[in-house]
Amino acid sequence: MEKVLEVKNLHVSFKTYGGEVKAVRGVTFDLYKGETLAIVGESGCGKSVSAQSIMRLIPNPPGKIKHGSILFKGMDLTAVKEPQMRNIRGADISMIFQDPMTALNPTISIGEQIIEGVLQHKQVTRQEAKKTALEMLDLVGIPNPVERLKHYPHQFSGGMRQRIVIAMALVCQPEVLIADEPTTALDVTIQAQILDLFKEIQSKTGVSIILITHDLGVVAQVADRVVVMYAGKIVEAGSRREIFYNPQHPYTKGLLNSVPRLDIEETELVPIGGSPPDLFSPPTGCPFTARCAYAMEVCDRKYPFKTRLSQEHHVDCWLQDERAIKMLASIK
Amino acid sequence: MTAYIVKRLIAMLVTLWLIITLTFFLMHSVPGSPFNEERATNETVQKNLEKYYHLDEPLIVQYGLYLKSVITFDFGPSIKKSSQTVNEMLGRGFPVSFELGLVTLIVAVISGITLGIIAALRHNGILDYTAMTIAVLGISIPNFVMATLLIQQVAVNWGILPVATWVSPKHMILPTLALATGPMAIIARLTRSSMLEVLTQDYIRTAKAKGLSPVKIIFKHALRNALLPVVTVLGSLAASILTGTFVIEKIFAIPGMGKYFVESINQRDYPVIMGTTVFYSAILIMMLFLVDIAYGILDPRIKLHKKEGS
Amino acid sequence: MELRKPHEHHIEPNIPDEWFVPKVKDQTEAEAVVRPSLSYWQDAWRRLLKNKLAMAGLTFLILLIVMAIFGPIISPHDAAEQKLANQNLPPSSKHWFGTDELGRDVFSRTWLGARISLFVGTVAALIDFLIGVVYGGIAGYKGGKADNVMMRFVEILYGLPYLLVVILISVVMGPGLFTIIFALSITGWVGMARIVRGQVLQIKNYEFVLASKTFGTKTSRIIKKNLLPNTMGPIIVQMTLTVPSAIFAEAFLSFLGLGIQPPLASWGSMASDGLSTILSGHWWRLFFPAFFISLTMFSFNVLGDGLQDALDPKLRR
Repeated sequence: MEKVLEVKNLHVSFKTYGGEVKAVRGVTFDLYKGETLAIVGESGCGKSVSAQSIMRLIPNPPGKIKHGSILFKGMDLTAVKEPQMRNIRGADISMIFQDPMTALNPTISIGEQIIEGVLQHKQVTRQEAKKTALEMLDLVGIPNPVERLKHYPHQFSGGMRQRIVIAMALVCQPEVLIADEPTTALDVTIQAQILDLFKEIQSKTGVSIILITHDLGVVAQVADRVVVMYAGKIVEAGSRREIFYNPQHPYTKGLLNSVPRLDIEETELVPIGGSPPDLFSPPTGCPFTARCAYAMEVCDRKYPFKTRLSQEHHVDCWLQDERAIKMLASIK
Repeated sequence: MTAYIVKRLIAMLVTLWLIITLTFFLMHSVPGSPFNEERATNETVQKNLEKYYHLDEPLIVQYGLYLKSVITFDFGPSIKKSSQTVNEMLGRGFPVSFELGLVTLIVAVISGITLGIIAALRHNGILDYTAMTIAVLGISIPNFVMATLLIQQVAVNWGILPVATWVSPKHMILPTLALATGPMAIIARLTRSSMLEVLTQDYIRTAKAKGLSPVKIIFKHALRNALLPVVTVLGSLAASILTGTFVIEKIFAIPGMGKYFVESINQRDYPVIMGTTVFYSAILIMMLFLVDIAYGILDPRIKLHKKEGS
Repeated sequence: MELRKPHEHHIEPNIPDEWFVPKVKDQTEAEAVVRPSLSYWQDAWRRLLKNKLAMAGLTFLILLIVMAIFGPIISPHDAAEQKLANQNLPPSSKHWFGTDELGRDVFSRTWLGARISLFVGTVAALIDFLIGVVYGGIAGYKGGKADNVMMRFVEILYGLPYLLVVILISVVMGPGLFTIIFALSITGWVGMARIVRGQVLQIKNYEFVLASKTFGTKTSRIIKKNLLPNTMGPIIVQMTLTVPSAIFAEAFLSFLGLGIQPPLASWGSMASDGLSTILSGHWWRLFFPAFFISLTMFSFNVLGDGLQDALDPKLRR
């Protein structure tokens, strides 16, 4: 499969006056053409920061990409100049954000907000841009688009606004769409509609989607592959099947156990105790140790090596070491 | 929108009526009524007054008659300057004061917004600190101090500009500067903080994600929203400029309404005090009204929803 | 739960076998709070200390208060002492800030003026605080119709041109210290009332307040224990900013001849007297009062700004 985007060993830090927060600590993943990759994890695990780094939207200062590369069409996005990056944003890579209520400018009509994106990137007349905008609004399911184009954001419901935000992001036919918690702020029924819309658009346009969420329900509905992040690191990654049916990392298991599921008998929900470590001074060992039911001495001393379980499936956990398996078996 | 305007118009009239009433009864509550014989200087004035105020009638009737004359825009005669009416004074003074006030407001708004934007864009930089220190100084130095400083330095020591009066554009520079400093500083600070706030909004991030240039983001997406709070203070700024004209006109010997007002205060010329107060209030209330309408035009959200509470 | 076997087992080299034993759990570790938590006020104070301009303002204000108390005492000349022989002397080792047209010592009079200005500012701020908090608190807390009526009244007062009203009242009551304070308070509390009401409206719907309400806590207790501490920030800022505007209003009135009357001196009245002599070169008579008005207002303004930043809960980290 064709790789659209390759993120390699990405490190992102924020300078605050309490010290340096190492929000992303060596993240590596690929995005294939036409797929949906979900990045899951608790808030503060670095998933949004990773995504915003791809768009180079990390406010700098205080944020900074310290290390690593982001390859897109042979370009390293961490190295391109800002004007060139502007040509990529919105045209090749688009992003939509969590809260549709605040993502639109309240004093500019939604039509203008969509059209300006087209005019920014395409050599077209205003009329043509308007036509594109209308088609896009139609595609995302806004009824009566000709009339609605003139309206202001406050005249739309939350679900409608998110559709407009999606239209805005897709209007230049980007290759990559990054959706940062696109359904979190919406009602459950609206959530399902928006997720359906993603699938529909993907089948029509072939766009690759990076979906950032903490909601495994959302992941189950749309993701092809899943990346699980914890404390700035990818602790496990794999296809949707592998992550849902063969989770290896205790954290992934914990996430799955804390979500109600209809497909398995066991219905007891187990929350993960404790909270993630402080990223001012991340632990040298596995960051999940303090909350892990299987924690061993080794976990505190050294960060686990990556174990590859299949083409896609890999996990960073000491439990993959033969000695751990033996030890656990002996305890039982 | 129409309903909103009508509502505001009614509120405006109520406020104006309150001010007229308040002024009338305040002036008539001065111990040893201001309109009695020994206050008036000569017989003509006394006769004019009696005729105008019906001083023999009960207070409430006098009030009714005053209200009636104010509605017909007749503020009566002066007690200190025989044969002059308040209307005549306003007619002479208002154009001058209006000119001073308007030029000041324009200077303050343009320079204040510019300063505020620069400070916000260079947040925590040297330009920001400089601009904001200038702004706090501008707020802290009373306009009469500013005026005297300018006279002392620019007019007396350097001799570049005339010391006083209001005859040519050259004469307008110092009074305008002295009067504009405070409002400019307020606008600059407000623009800066509001701009900084707006720049953290999600829709600015959205605009960035679209690949818009910083110039477009600032002028198309941020500025309009950032200026909304600035528009709301224009009314009270106009009020402070207006009261500022009292001292500025006194210091620079400008023959405006403020000068008459201050004179009338010092001479306890009550009809003039009443007339100018009512006139000033009417202008200010008008200004607040215009600001509200402007806000409604700038912010599309106002049209549907009623004006939100503070 | 059973561990599924991975596809390929391996043994990581260079990692000793004895590390593969269950970790002895420190129960508190997972829940431990890493950074020391500071209370709201400690945190605010720490941030205020970092703001150099605000600290400079605070330092000057403390000095000013000290001088307002002790200045007239340490000065060798009495503020009211008139010596016509000493008319309009420039600053010298004898008269540090010079003398005025009645031969009075400007240095002594400046500190006398500081007393008046600080007194007017503080009392006006306190009265605003009292009326504003009670009025705004009740309006915000009661809500509904009471709030509507109360705020309509505030709105009308707010629409009145502040200084114009102050001037009118001064005209009617005759100039003097009491008049100034009365005139300033009659409209000044409106701003405070609006702020307090806004804060109360916002906070009273917070869960912790609702929680105490469901326990049947008395209204007065809720106001005292929950609402006041949470509204203190904006109130303190507003008070800090009321003082300079009151000082300005006093100076403004004095300048128009409606302010403090002799033998009392205020910075406003001194500046007003000084203005008439500026063309004859007696700059010190205007300079010192004007300088101190400006510096005092500057200090209060930067302190207010600093407090605003320091007390803003949104900026906490």
